[in-house]
Amino acid sequence: MRHVVVVGAGPAGLAAARAAADGGARVTLLDSADGLGGQYWRHMPAERPAEREHLLHHRWTTFGELRDALAAHPAVTVVPSAQVWSLERLEYGARLNVLVGEPDGVGREALVLEPDALVLATGAHDRTLPFPGWQLPGVYSAGAAQALAKGERVAVGRRVVVAGAGPFLLPVASSLLQTGASVLGVHEAAGLGALGRGWLSRPWELAGAAGKAGELAGYVRDLVRHRVPWRPGEAVIAAHGDGQVEAVTIARLDERWARVPGTERQVEADAVCVSHGFTPRLELAIAAGCALSASRFVVVDAAQATSVAGVWAAGEITGIGGADAALAEGAVAGTAAAGGDTGAGPALVAGRARTRARGFAARIEAAHGIRGGWVGWLRDDTAVCRCEETTYGRIREVAELTGSRETRSVKLTSRAGLGPCQARMCGRTLQELLGGPEPSLGTALAPAVDRRPLVVPVRLGDLAALPQRPQQSPNPQENPT
Amino acid sequence: MAADVVIVGAGIVGAACARALARAGARVTVLDRGAAASATSAHGEGNLLVSDKGPGPELELAKVSLHGWARLADELADELGPRFPSIEHEAKGGLVVVTSADGLDGLRGFAETQRAAGVEAVEVSAERARGLEPDLAAGVVGAVYYPQDAQVQPVAAAEALLASARRAGAVVRTGAEVTGPLLGADGRLTGVVTTQGEVPAGDVVVAAGPWSAEVAERLGSWIPVRPRRGMVLVTTPMEQRIRHKVYDGDYFAATQSAGAELQTSAVIESTRGGTVLIGSSREQVGFDDRLRAAVLAEMARRAVAVFPFLARTNVMRSYLGFRPYMPDHLPAIGPDPELDGLWFATGHEGAGVGLAPATGDLLAATMLRLAPAVDPSAYAVDRPTLRNHRPADVSDVQGTGVTRASDTSRGARGEART
Ligand SMILES: Cc1cc2nc3c(=O)[nH]c(=O)nc-3n(C[C@H](O)[C@H](O)[C@H](O)COP(=O)(O)OP(=O)(O)OC[C@H]3O[C@@H](n4cnc5c(N)ncnc54)[C@H](O)[C@@H]3O)c2cc1C
Ligand SMILES: Cc1cc2nc3c(=O)[nH]c(=O)nc-3n(C[C@H](O)[C@H](O)[C@H](O)COP(=O)(O)OP(=O)(O)OC[C@H]3O[C@@H](n4cnc5c(N)ncnc54)[C@H](O)[C@@H]3O)c2cc1C
Repeated sequence: MRHVVVVGAGPAGLAAARAAADGGARVTLLDSADGLGGQYWRHMPAERPAEREHLLHHRWTTFGELRDALAAHPAVTVVPSAQVWSLERLEYGARLNVLVGEPDGVGREALVLEPDALVLATGAHDRTLPFPGWQLPGVYSAGAAQALAKGERVAVGRRVVVAGAGPFLLPVASSLLQTGASVLGVHEAAGLGALGRGWLSRPWELAGAAGKAGELAGYVRDLVRHRVPWRPGEAVIAAHGDGQVEAVTIARLDERWARVPGTERQVEADAVCVSHGFTPRLELAIAAGCALSASRFVVVDAAQATSVAGVWAAGEITGIGGADAALAEGAVAGTAAAGGDTGAGPALVAGRARTRARGFAARIEAAHGIRGGWVGWLRDDTAVCRCEETTYGRIREVAELTGSRETRSVKLTSRAGLGPCQARMCGRTLQELLGGPEPSLGTALAPAVDRRPLVVPVRLGDLAALPQRPQQSPNPQENPT
Repeated sequence: MAADVVIVGAGIVGAACARALARAGARVTVLDRGAAASATSAHGEGNLLVSDKGPGPELELAKVSLHGWARLADELADELGPRFPSIEHEAKGGLVVVTSADGLDGLRGFAETQRAAGVEAVEVSAERARGLEPDLAAGVVGAVYYPQDAQVQPVAAAEALLASARRAGAVVRTGAEVTGPLLGADGRLTGVVTTQGEVPAGDVVVAAGPWSAEVAERLGSWIPVRPRRGMVLVTTPMEQRIRHKVYDGDYFAATQSAGAELQTSAVIESTRGGTVLIGSSREQVGFDDRLRAAVLAEMARRAVAVFPFLARTNVMRSYLGFRPYMPDHLPAIGPDPELDGLWFATGHEGAGVGLAPATGDLLAATMLRLAPAVDPSAYAVDRPTLRNHRPADVSDVQGTGVTRASDTSRGARGEART
């Protein structure tokens, strides 16, 4: 029986696992989180059921159906708390190295999988641009704030400002409102011009993606009911406070996201939630050898197949299209990975839904994509890398002194991006600050900031305890160390 | 205006050559197809070791180079000022430990030969070793302490050498890949063709690290450099508990006969950033960049065997690079015996950072006919130990006396799997 492994149990992975199982494959679904659902359906632990779950979780019933179908399916194994920490590309496919157990626990169980087909659905995390004061306690990424709101029912503050770019600021504000926080405003960096181009130039598509429009309209109604102002063409350009956020500076932005001088105003607030877009989790796809697009998403064909035989991809690692797109792509990928026909039956329907949802993704980018003017928000003493506390001024100084604008060199001479988060937070920012294209050194030496052979930190003891697998050495007479 | 010298490769070796030549008065242009200090020199470590070298030409070069780095640390700091990223030169010393009586015998004998060659190698008891490194494993039965072992941060060091070379008039051009030779009527090399146009030069130095075979071939000659892959593990930052460069010498007893080179196995050390580096493996797999978990596991086992507390620390990163490996384990520094105008400074394998200063000085001395600090013949490109590595497909091109390789699949590229 064909063995399909799906990594990631968000909308894309859940849909893929189900479609693959329906297609007759044996399926293993892995997620590092202790529950299913991914970013979209991050929910309370089972022991604390919430009455109004459906209010916080749009399409909660879809999730329930998927989860129950997978639980009931005899050919499906769901492994929560399963961290895929590396992927080895073999001559005949991919090997996944997995550790199962509490992330900080000692002696996690090692699992090694060599599937016949692999579906990557690892999602994205939200991206935050730096601004003066962004490292103060009280500044949250929108994703983190939403996870706290949805998962823990905790509001990040009493007076909260939401800022950044993209339609997903709306559900974040909505989740905050439902935890009782007062949301002072939602500040969208994209101006009306860009928003008009992104959202209104093809109104028929918006109508086609009616589900999405309806969902967003619901969030907008929430804002209106709570009298939360939504302000396009504005950004939080600084946070202030003594050891904790006490106020923020909000300014108007021009088309390029540069602040309009004289429009700054201070607002008292005890928390800020910011998200300026998304960074796909590409580590496994890169390790597998999958081709990436210029905008650095995994390239897939109509059947969600990547450039690597035996590897499919779905969800946010292929483009930012929201949960509907992820669900549709997952269904197509799962069907294809199981060896099924994506040109017929449910996969065909899903494929059409995906095409509509992709229009939505393109509009998000057109309307809300990051523009270079944000660099003007920075001061010389603004930390760009929070782990190593490397400032904007130091990065510029080092680049000027060494004459190098290449990220690898500047990382190693300024220390930006070398800390525990391994440039997950600042890597792309650093590249944009340094400007200029990445030189292509080919293969291993391509200084892609997204390349992390170790997907997450692993205890040295866990590494040392891995089983010896002698068949692995392509060159047996060589000593491995 | 044509350059006197074109250097192909802006890694640590090319940078050291550029500085030495420019300060000796040559007009230097450094070309790199990528960015400076971003290839092998940014994918290794910065150990400046004498502890791992037995008597012989490599050790002689290493000893000179060790002084070279100490001097450079001061000169570069003076020249480039306090705001320039520090090259982090530190003579922290190395400690080679063993866990068996056999291992101890082997290490003792090796250290004896090193002492005879002028290396400071102090045998220390297990107890004293634990005084130097309190967290050593209980199984350690003895050690040799090498106070001369030092380190630099290779990327900062390469950038500093290049900045210094620029101040002496050198030009560094990145994004310029060398694709072929410029040849004079007499067959002499008169420059290079690059993706950014022709660059005429009096002499051309190949310092292209593990890609040197390919560059030599493109220019019409050959050099038997091959990639030898190494992986490094980096832990998350922590309070420093490891004070020296520590590695186990048991491997030496197991596989080496006396007098041969001690293979470096899992050098463990703290960095200024608070991380612990564990490096590095040695594999010949061409330019294959795929992760191999079994190699990481083996490195982890060796590290935990020396420092058991490390089992609880998190590894946040692994990276890999390709050492420029020579079949006789010695770098090639000097003129090409067949193609006039072509020079080499390459093949330093796992010691290119350590050997860079002496390499630059030796190359400049040979080219400009100054007095060299070491005997150049041991590193000469036409030495006997390299002759039989001449690829069969290199043939004399009629009339010019220039050798050319016709088969582009040999050497480094022939082994690449990616
Ligand atoms: C703040 C915020 C608000 C949003 N609001 C909306 C909204 O209102 N409407 C909407 O349609 N969309 C919204 N989205 C987008 C929506 O969450 C995504 O479109 C959707 O979750 C993408 O699904 P996915 O399956 O691709 O990825 P995810 O849901 O992100 O799932 C990926 C899963 O993969 C797992 N994983 C990743 N790497 C590994 C690994 N190496 N080993 C094991 N497991 C791994 C992760 O733990 C995660 O559970 C929002 C997103 C954010 C951040
Ligand atoms: C894991 C590992 C650990 C190591 N540890 C140590 C250590 O502790 N101490 C030590 O001394 N050494 C160590 N080394 C070895 C050391 O890194 C190398 O010997 C050294 O970096 C080689 O420098 P290089 O300048 O010759 O090569 P590189 O740094 O690779 O520079 C060569 C340059 O040539 C360029 N190039 C290639 N082809 C062309 C072309 N056609 N046209 C133009 N440019 C071209 C490349 O882009 C590159 O920038 C280690 C190596 C590895 C892999």
